[in-house]
Amino acid sequence: MNAAPAQAPDAKPLLEVQDLRVEFRTRRGAALVLNGVDFEIRPGETLCVVGESGCGKSMTALALLRLIPSPPGRISGGRVLFQGEDLVTASDATLRQVRGNRISMIFQEPMTSLNPVFSVGEQIGESLRLHAGLDARQARARAVEMLRAVGIPAPERRVDEYPHQLSGGMRQRVMIAMALACRPDILIADEPTTALDVTVQAQIFDLLRELQRDKGTAIMLITHDMGAVAEMADRVMVMYAGRVIERGSARQVLDAPQHPYTQGLIECLPALGSSQHDDRAELTEIAGVVPSIWELGQGCAFRERCRHALPRCAAEVPPLVDIGGGHAAACWLRAGDAAAEQAR
Amino acid sequence: MSPARPPPPTEGPWLEAARMFARNPSAIAGSVLLALVLLVAIAGPWVLAADPFELVAAPMTPPFTAEAWLGTDYLGRDVLTGLIYGGRATLLVGAVAALLSVAIGITIGATAGFYGGRVDRALMRVTEFFQVLPALLFAMVVVTLFSPTLLTVTLAIGVVSWTGTARLTRAEFLKLREVEFVRAERAIGARNARIIWGVILPNALPPLVVSATLAVGVAILFEAGLSFLGLGDPNQMSWGLMIGSSRQYLLSSWWAVTFPGAAIFVTVLAVSLIGDGLNDALNPKLRER
Repeated sequence: MNAAPAQAPDAKPLLEVQDLRVEFRTRRGAALVLNGVDFEIRPGETLCVVGESGCGKSMTALALLRLIPSPPGRISGGRVLFQGEDLVTASDATLRQVRGNRISMIFQEPMTSLNPVFSVGEQIGESLRLHAGLDARQARARAVEMLRAVGIPAPERRVDEYPHQLSGGMRQRVMIAMALACRPDILIADEPTTALDVTVQAQIFDLLRELQRDKGTAIMLITHDMGAVAEMADRVMVMYAGRVIERGSARQVLDAPQHPYTQGLIECLPALGSSQHDDRAELTEIAGVVPSIWELGQGCAFRERCRHALPRCAAEVPPLVDIGGGHAAACWLRAGDAAAEQAR
Repeated sequence: MSPARPPPPTEGPWLEAARMFARNPSAIAGSVLLALVLLVAIAGPWVLAADPFELVAAPMTPPFTAEAWLGTDYLGRDVLTGLIYGGRATLLVGAVAALLSVAIGITIGATAGFYGGRVDRALMRVTEFFQVLPALLFAMVVVTLFSPTLLTVTLAIGVVSWTGTARLTRAEFLKLREVEFVRAERAIGARNARIIWGVILPNALPPLVVSATLAVGVAILFEAGLSFLGLGDPNQMSWGLMIGSSRQYLLSSWWAVTFPGAAIFVTVLAVSLIGDGLNDALNPKLRER
């Protein structure tokens, strides 16, 4: 865990997301895949977004830059405030200025995220030509610099190579180089290491941290790997079925998770090097699966899988309630006696 | 041939495809044939300055004689001169019409596939309209409506033959527009035009190159067909015109029909061989062999 966030926790947020809603039109009607997501990203920090597949993590990331495939998807409500501008209603031209320039993105699959018919140098140079107005020669020189910065050996040679000539880890480094070429304020990384070997994963995280330190980029890291969260996060946001169910500083969420779902996620981690002598201890799991969009009903989406479900959980969706120190959870167990929790 | 070991991939996919193409004997044969035909059509008129409509010897002079190497037709026009000058028109019409048809096809297919929805439905209805019209009949109507010149014939062929390319392009765009690297391109702030022409099209190009090559062969046959039916430009010697005008004399002077027919055959064969070679070189699934 990073000891201290780069900025004071009360620094002015860089990006504010308010009540973001995304719906997909399907044959069965409109499906609300994001239902009132609120969060903020502060300068220079790492915000980890955690949750199982299908909980809306990637959708949140895509929605920030209005990259949701449309049709069938659309942002049906809420605001994404970046430097005073609402990206949800901004003009296409404004949005193009933000994309890749102020906020950039790296995707999960380095194998398919690079264009196979252009050299990596051309691809890194493209955003520079688009946003910084560099000519082809300058962009190439800058691409070599970026490749060196992300730790690719012999960048002068690699710059002219094509994606199929690079390994998965190298390609992800190229993606990072592309994303950081214009020195964005925010880097959105959507499961950047899922497709990579474990050893390479660690290298990529080290690289991201190093670049963040050098350039002061805020990172929104989307992952389902709690280990990555423990390693990278300043703050954590846990999502379930299209809603934020818990958020707080990494310490708060990892050391004292309040929502039963978060507790479950953390218990799922194998305790490496802990005091457990029984090294074949069975891993715990959260029983059941994320309910489909159509089975949500009116109560808490997690109630079917929850050990502590109350009658109230089936009737009403618990609100996200602050339980002290910026730590918030959406659970009736906590909402009822937030004061008592604080006392604990 | 020694078992070709793939060279270490140090070049772009296009160079790699070119290497693949160069190792394919039938593709090479096609290229050589086409080069010969082009050479004759381009350089021939300089070597042999003559008017293909001029009467040079007695009508129906048989070939392989001193007056006319490939004989003369029923009016006494030299077949060799006709072949050389007619080749220019035939190849020009073939190439330009194919270019036109591919340009229309790609524009319509790309727009339909990229934007989808209502745009796609509207453009596909237009495409289907052109698809169900009998192409030759439609081209005949176009040519007869305007005076049959080289230009109208070319336009007519281009306008009736773009539907296949449009469908192919649309399919490629539908497939590629949701691909991750296209999304990544959007995420760096590229505009739609850049994504269509600079990102998706280069990736959709391999099948389109093949289809464009084959379109040249089709256009040449089309031009020959129109000329044969007497709908070509009567003032412009072409292979189709030669066959068409001499067809009644097929039995008495076979050479006047056979030589231009052979020229068309060889040219279309050459183009098809090249198209096949390109298909093998550009299709990654066949590349495994």
